[in-house]
Amino acid sequence: MLELSDLHTYYGESHVLQGLTLSVRPGEIVTILGRNGMGKTTLMRSIIGFTPPRRGRVCFKGDDVTRWPPFRMVEHGMALVPQGRRVFASLTVRENLEVARQSRTGQWTLPRVLELFPRLGDRATNRANKLSGGEQQMLAIGRALMSDPDLLLMDEPTEGLAPLLVREVGRVIAGLKREGLSILLVEQNLPLALSVADRVHILSRGQIVHSSGPAELMANETVKARYLGVA
Amino acid sequence: MTAEFWIIQTFNGLSYGALLFLLASGLSLIFGVMRIVNLAHGSYFMLGGYVGLSVVWRTGSFTAALVAGAVAIALIGIGMERLFLRRLSGQTLGQVLMTIGFALMFQDLALLIWGGDPYTIPLPAALQGIVTAGALRFPTYRIFIIVVATLVGAALWIVLDRTRVGAMIRAAVDDREMAQGVGIHVPVVSLGVFALGAALAALGGVIGGGFLGVYPGADFEVLPYAFVVVIVGGLGSLPGAMVGSLLVGLLDNFGKALFPELSYFTLFAPMALILALRPTGLFGRA
Repeated sequence: MLELSDLHTYYGESHVLQGLTLSVRPGEIVTILGRNGMGKTTLMRSIIGFTPPRRGRVCFKGDDVTRWPPFRMVEHGMALVPQGRRVFASLTVRENLEVARQSRTGQWTLPRVLELFPRLGDRATNRANKLSGGEQQMLAIGRALMSDPDLLLMDEPTEGLAPLLVREVGRVIAGLKREGLSILLVEQNLPLALSVADRVHILSRGQIVHSSGPAELMANETVKARYLGVA
Repeated sequence: MTAEFWIIQTFNGLSYGALLFLLASGLSLIFGVMRIVNLAHGSYFMLGGYVGLSVVWRTGSFTAALVAGAVAIALIGIGMERLFLRRLSGQTLGQVLMTIGFALMFQDLALLIWGGDPYTIPLPAALQGIVTAGALRFPTYRIFIIVVATLVGAALWIVLDRTRVGAMIRAAVDDREMAQGVGIHVPVVSLGVFALGAALAALGGVIGGGFLGVYPGADFEVLPYAFVVVIVGGLGSLPGAMVGSLLVGLLDNFGKALFPELSYFTLFAPMALILALRPTGLFGRA
């Protein structure tokens, strides 16, 4: 589904991703863990095309999509749930979903997104900046689904949410996986990340320093202490 | 000061504000979507007036002048955005310098083609009359300006607020990067908005040419007014451009009528005051 090989991404002179290689297979959830400032969000920005890598290759569904503009990525079947949600504040909930609709027909339509998140239906005519944090997160996920993606990039979808809502997001992610969606998930919440992941990578200083299944990582106290600050 | 004075001056201020709205709404939209401070926007107004003038001379049709002016200047805007400004995306200073370069070139070009004499665009007979109400006399042409600006404002509002394309434009204003990240072709949206803004300024230029005239220097004369409107109303906000235009039109008109020697003061002092109290303008967002 997604193959990243030897990605190098810079912010100006700052060398953030330093030769990163990973892949996401169809129907799989791959989780990226790591402390703040280690390049997790930069990785997401490099893939969707906000901050294209200076070197390396991004292959998606068999096509070399390196340095494609973001809207072409979306047309090709990739969608992003960005860090900080970034819903369009002056648009209504319905408009936030409508602008993300793609012309290709697929299984995700407005009624289905509203079925998944009934709360968004109740608030369809409210402006997005009037929503609570949890509702905004649901909107950000629903908006990404509106393009009917094959691969979902999710950047810290539980950031700043109350425990109850974290569990809700976890249920949604597990449900999307059952629908066959491939997901690359950046997450700080270790229990959630491990419960949904098929494979886990830990990112430190722009490189992958550990790769394993979730159960192995759970058991590996050394790695958890060293890279995740878990005692 | 009679009641007639106040009514007539208010009417004059409103009609001038209506003209400013045609000029400033495009400037505000362009800034909102593309973050480009377009100092050539006044040039679109002036060139629109000149193109309209030539078309009226050739064809005698005022309607043809309106259409030709808007279309010709929209094409100039498309060329500027597509070939030059897009390459400087995100470089504010480079863009500002480029737009002022264009403004100066357009000035020379207009002088070369149309010479240095001032002209007035001849109006069709239907717009030349005066509507009287008791002792009050309202020029038909100024009523026409108010009607056109109202129709343009309503059309813009419907498109921006009620259609999917309008929602895409607002999404690009809210968060340009994320708009691309949900699949919106922001470069196409930008080009369309730029062309529309240029066309509206040119429309204002043709209409203004029938009452302010068409002359060298008109470009840099209207530019500060457009910027005051946009800054007072709030950058990128259509309601802001509407309210700002009316406010500036009225302030300018009453300033000139009541305190002619202080007319810049009556225009810019309220702007400074509004900015001090609301740095994002009346309808602007941070």
